Amino acid sequence: MKTLSKLYTLLIFVFLYAPIAILVLFSFNSSNSTGVFTGFSLHWYEELFRDGATLAALKNTLILAVTSSVIATVIGTAAAVGIDRMKNQYIKGTLISATNIPMMNPDIVTGISMMLLFVFVGGLLKLDNNLSFATLLIAHITFNLPYVILSVLPKIKQLDPQLPEAAMDLGCTPMKAFFKVELPAILPGVLTGLIMAFTLSLDDFIISYFTIGSGFETLPIRIYSMTKKRVTPDMYALSTLIFIAILLLLILSNVTSARAEKKTKKK
Amino acid sequence: MKNRSFLQKCLAAPHMVWTVLFIIAPLIFVAYYAFTDSEGAFTFDNILKATEADYMVIFFRSVSLALIATFICLVIAYPLAYSISRSKASSQKIMIMLVMLPMWMNFLIRTYSWMSILEDTGFINQLLMKIGLEPVHMINTSGAVVLGMVYNFLPYMILPIYSVMVKIDNRLVEAASDLGCNSFGVMTKVIFPLSASGVVSGITMVFVPSISTFYISQKLGGGNFDLIGDTIERQFQQAYNYNLGAAISLILMVLILICMAVMNRFSDEDGGGMIV
Repeated sequence: MKTLSKLYTLLIFVFLYAPIAILVLFSFNSSNSTGVFTGFSLHWYEELFRDGATLAALKNTLILAVTSSVIATVIGTAAAVGIDRMKNQYIKGTLISATNIPMMNPDIVTGISMMLLFVFVGGLLKLDNNLSFATLLIAHITFNLPYVILSVLPKIKQLDPQLPEAAMDLGCTPMKAFFKVELPAILPGVLTGLIMAFTLSLDDFIISYFTIGSGFETLPIRIYSMTKKRVTPDMYALSTLIFIAILLLLILSNVTSARAEKKTKKK
Repeated sequence: MKNRSFLQKCLAAPHMVWTVLFIIAPLIFVAYYAFTDSEGAFTFDNILKATEADYMVIFFRSVSLALIATFICLVIAYPLAYSISRSKASSQKIMIMLVMLPMWMNFLIRTYSWMSILEDTGFINQLLMKIGLEPVHMINTSGAVVLGMVYNFLPYMILPIYSVMVKIDNRLVEAASDLGCNSFGVMTKVIFPLSASGVVSGITMVFVPSISTFYISQKLGGGNFDLIGDTIERQFQQAYNYNLGAAISLILMVLILICMAVMNRFSDEDGGGMIV
């Protein structure tokens, strides 16, 4: 039974990692094929770093992910605190359900609904198509918000409401009470939300595809336009580098959290 | 004190404004475009067109392929989630990390990579020919599309099931077997009912992206297996018929709502059974 379940787990992981293994392998291919391996070379990595458009798209993606996740985290954390304090259950429930809409709706519907809004408002105000960063930013903040609120809200519920009151009795202004007492207590939730928003924004293709204008390209959009034709292995090289970066990040965060756990245990 | 509560009410205000402007308003626009023609006059034409036979075939195909993919995901994920949840804490962490890791890589590239595995001259067929077997035609079939869905959305099934299973108290399992349950009984009477909520959210998280995908069907189906997502994408990015596209999207939303409602009813019954 034990070996059977181990074998099964192994099999699923082979399935999950087969295409990744293939793309890592072919990123080192000497010819431009993504199907037949002809020999080892680093040619495609050189090609990748010479490709200005891809590097620019990578930079755009990072800028978009950082700004949208930070803004979503600020709005979302404030909203979570506000929602928690709401007395009217009806408004509270409605707001939470409305917040969750982008999470429940298929991405394509979220994408086209925002596209229709932008098209309509753009037509009304006679704007040209140069607003692509603004529309993308709005779209990304919108689909990031529910994830931030969802990870902050439970932390606030765990918080003792008497704590900030005590702080204020002892002379804190409400603002100071929030930043000195409440924020540190909910910080893990805020960070989880921020990281989730960042990775979602980094990886989003479908919603960006419908809300992007001209003159701004993110990496997933660039990859999409490349995969319309035959893909050359430089895209595989890029994916391999991203894979290694994520792997290192995960190992690092696991090691640090394991160390922190050990420390608290020793105490 | 009054000052503080007023301040706190204001905290949710930016988000409320945002929700109305960028979540509610866009959905109203979908309905608006669905029920108007290109001149802006009210019409049912788009909805009627979207329910014509051509489109009904696509709706039916999307629902059935998404259901098959969801079912396969469930069958694969359930035992895996169970076996992960019963292993050592340290290896649980690593395995969950390994499940999540592929999700952080661009899904377009991963899907494209499946193309080079499944192609007629692709990786699998090269392997088959090397050991002297006939090549198998796999790409551009509905099976390939389902495989793409299963591959891309499997983690969404594993993670929620795992997260409820890991919370199941092992003493419940022990108690059941002490009281004479065999391992089959433990499975059906203890583990299944307690993990139902994870299964329900897993099904939702796989079914919704599967029914609305367009990239997977384009790449692995070779354009022969249009799904709802493909038709919507075409109306917005190629045909520029926003009204028809909005009508199809509206029907898609309603379809998903119906599927969810049916599923919630099933899970309610499960919950009811638990109390009895």
